[in-house]
Amino acid sequence: MTTIQIFDPASCCSSGVCGSDVDQELVGFSADVDWAKQQGAAIERFNLAQQPMAFADNSTVKAFLERSGAEALPLILVDGEVALAGRYPNRGELARWTGAAVEAEAEESSCCGGCC
Amino acid sequence: MTQLKFLDQPPRFLFFTGKGGVGKTSLACATAITLADAGQRVLLVSTDPASNVGQVFGMTIGNKVTSITAVPGLAALEIDPQAAAQVYRDRIVNPVRGVLPDTVVKGIEEQLSGACTTEIAAFDEFTALLVDSALTADYDHIIFDTAPTGHTIRLLQLPGAWSDFLAEGKGDASCLGPLAGLEKQRAQYQAAVDALADSQRTRLVLVARAQQATLREVARTHEELAAIGLTKQFLVINGLFPQTETAQDPLATAIFQREQNALAAIPEVLGQLPCDHIVLKPFNLVGLTALRKLLVDDQSVESSNEFTHTAIPFPSLSKLTDEIAKDGCGLIMLMGKGGVGKTTLAAAIAVNLAHRGLPVHLTTSDPAAHLSETLSGTMDNLLVDRIDPHVETERYRQRVLETKGSHLDAQGRALLEEDLRSPCTEEIAVFQAFSRIIREAGKKFVVMDTAPTGHTLLLLDATGAYHREVIKQMDPSIVHYSTPMMQLKNPKQTKILLATLAETTPVLEAASLQADLRRAGIEPWAWVINNSVAATTVHSPLLCQRASNELADIKTVSTMHAKRYAVVQLLQEEPVGVQKLLELSQTCIEKSA
Repeated sequence: MTTIQIFDPASCCSSGVCGSDVDQELVGFSADVDWAKQQGAAIERFNLAQQPMAFADNSTVKAFLERSGAEALPLILVDGEVALAGRYPNRGELARWTGAAVEAEAEESSCCGGCC
Repeated sequence: MTQLKFLDQPPRFLFFTGKGGVGKTSLACATAITLADAGQRVLLVSTDPASNVGQVFGMTIGNKVTSITAVPGLAALEIDPQAAAQVYRDRIVNPVRGVLPDTVVKGIEEQLSGACTTEIAAFDEFTALLVDSALTADYDHIIFDTAPTGHTIRLLQLPGAWSDFLAEGKGDASCLGPLAGLEKQRAQYQAAVDALADSQRTRLVLVARAQQATLREVARTHEELAAIGLTKQFLVINGLFPQTETAQDPLATAIFQREQNALAAIPEVLGQLPCDHIVLKPFNLVGLTALRKLLVDDQSVESSNEFTHTAIPFPSLSKLTDEIAKDGCGLIMLMGKGGVGKTTLAAAIAVNLAHRGLPVHLTTSDPAAHLSETLSGTMDNLLVDRIDPHVETERYRQRVLETKGSHLDAQGRALLEEDLRSPCTEEIAVFQAFSRIIREAGKKFVVMDTAPTGHTLLLLDATGAYHREVIKQMDPSIVHYSTPMMQLKNPKQTKILLATLAETTPVLEAASLQADLRRAGIEPWAWVINNSVAATTVHSPLLCQRASNELADIKTVSTMHAKRYAVVQLLQEEPVGVQKLLELSQTCIEKSA
């Protein structure tokens, strides 16, 4: 089964409300993660402020931090390989990686809903 | 001796709560001694960062249960919340130090330096004491000189906060994030929260002084904790000024009258609670003899009415204002815990500057709106406006819930709503409102009765990392560009004044605010010691005693904490209006040895 690992930037609350502004992307992404989990996807999230060892133990993530710094997070690995960096995936991307069907969204994401 | 209500058939757990400096620790100590003297086995737990429990009993206690030899049946334990938070931070950060880049490690440490981390870490420490275990089995009573806030308890009660987070140690979790590194299980937190809400087991003692603002604050605490089940509450009015002291001392008479007025106007919800009054004592509450006398109604005063002043200079607020005025414009921020008189001091400085013909904009968050109303339009060069923290916070909260919480399910929304009740949220909402006015400080004086903490600034700055990038790439010849953080760090543009009282706990609280600002690279410009009795002329033995107690604290501020400072005297009546405020900054008697 495909494993998706999300390496989040440091924040004391995942919603970011303790920061200067609430990150809409984070709030929406949390909902997408819930959705993907219900579809049976294996998704793990790691917060830099709470589980930094997960960042240090993974050579790909560690090298990414050394090269680009914490500002470049989030980093998303799919089966251990870099799949996305600098932003959170949308529902379509999550579906693509896990092979889950995204019935409702399929129409918008493909050019013609399967005719071509 | 009259029987105190809060001591009548006490349950197993007793919590004393109230703001810094009202005497929670002294009351907790005296209660512990009283119960132990009556043959009970008692454990006293102090989480006061200024804990003097060890000093009180003449022995070192620290973070382990220690038997108090002088009082049979009594043991004590000191939990330092800052140290607990540090242990927690180290556990998370140390393994990655030198492994991950330094800047990344620094960022992690800052995220874990907020007030929520400290509070949760302290709560984690005392959950073990609230559940049945070998550790607590030996005690009939466990007495705490603090209580968790409503915010912490509500978070722990929300099922959403726990969803597979603590179980698996990953996933997302709001302000409870700090719990990630703590090893206790959900069942133990649940048991602790249940014990708190059980009136058979827990009694909450609200401690207050007879001051209007303090009583209002206590009324809020009462309602917040009652709403989450801590209904068994008692009220203690501590340090009440006795009428016997008022003879031939106008200041003593004024203090007595002000306190009686505050009591007469006590908020209704507090008026219904069982209430005890404890009279101000003429002695220091250190040592067994003194503490045994605290809860006894003994009016005998054996102290002298001589107050000899030592050679500590008492510079006036006006002198500080001389220096501020030299720069012609800038941002002046008063910072300090609630109740130390920030609003009054900010107004006094603003009036003093405007009186010199300088343009001043005074912005206050004064909840009573009293001061801003009396000052508005009364003076040339002075513009007054007011930001209501509750309105600002509510607006911010609604905006976030509408825009960002719209897609959440019921659990997620409940969690977001609770996060939005965290103290950080209010601070950020108010600071955003203030920052609109800060920009004016290049042309005139802007005086504010509040300032953001270092932690908030660092978090705001982290999100503004982009600004630093802009500056790096800019032509160095363009020197005018500056970020709000750069403005706050430059003492020519911004002066932060720490307000405090000449009492141990408030001075320690101000020192910790200073340490927090220094972490953000900001050096407070001066300290202002407000409501000083030592700076007045008194005859009442009680006031003479208080005046000599103050000297040690004033000395600590002047020699250890402050680059420059001012001492403002306790007045007979609240300074309202331009004339009174001008006097406040000027009349401080320049005593010399």
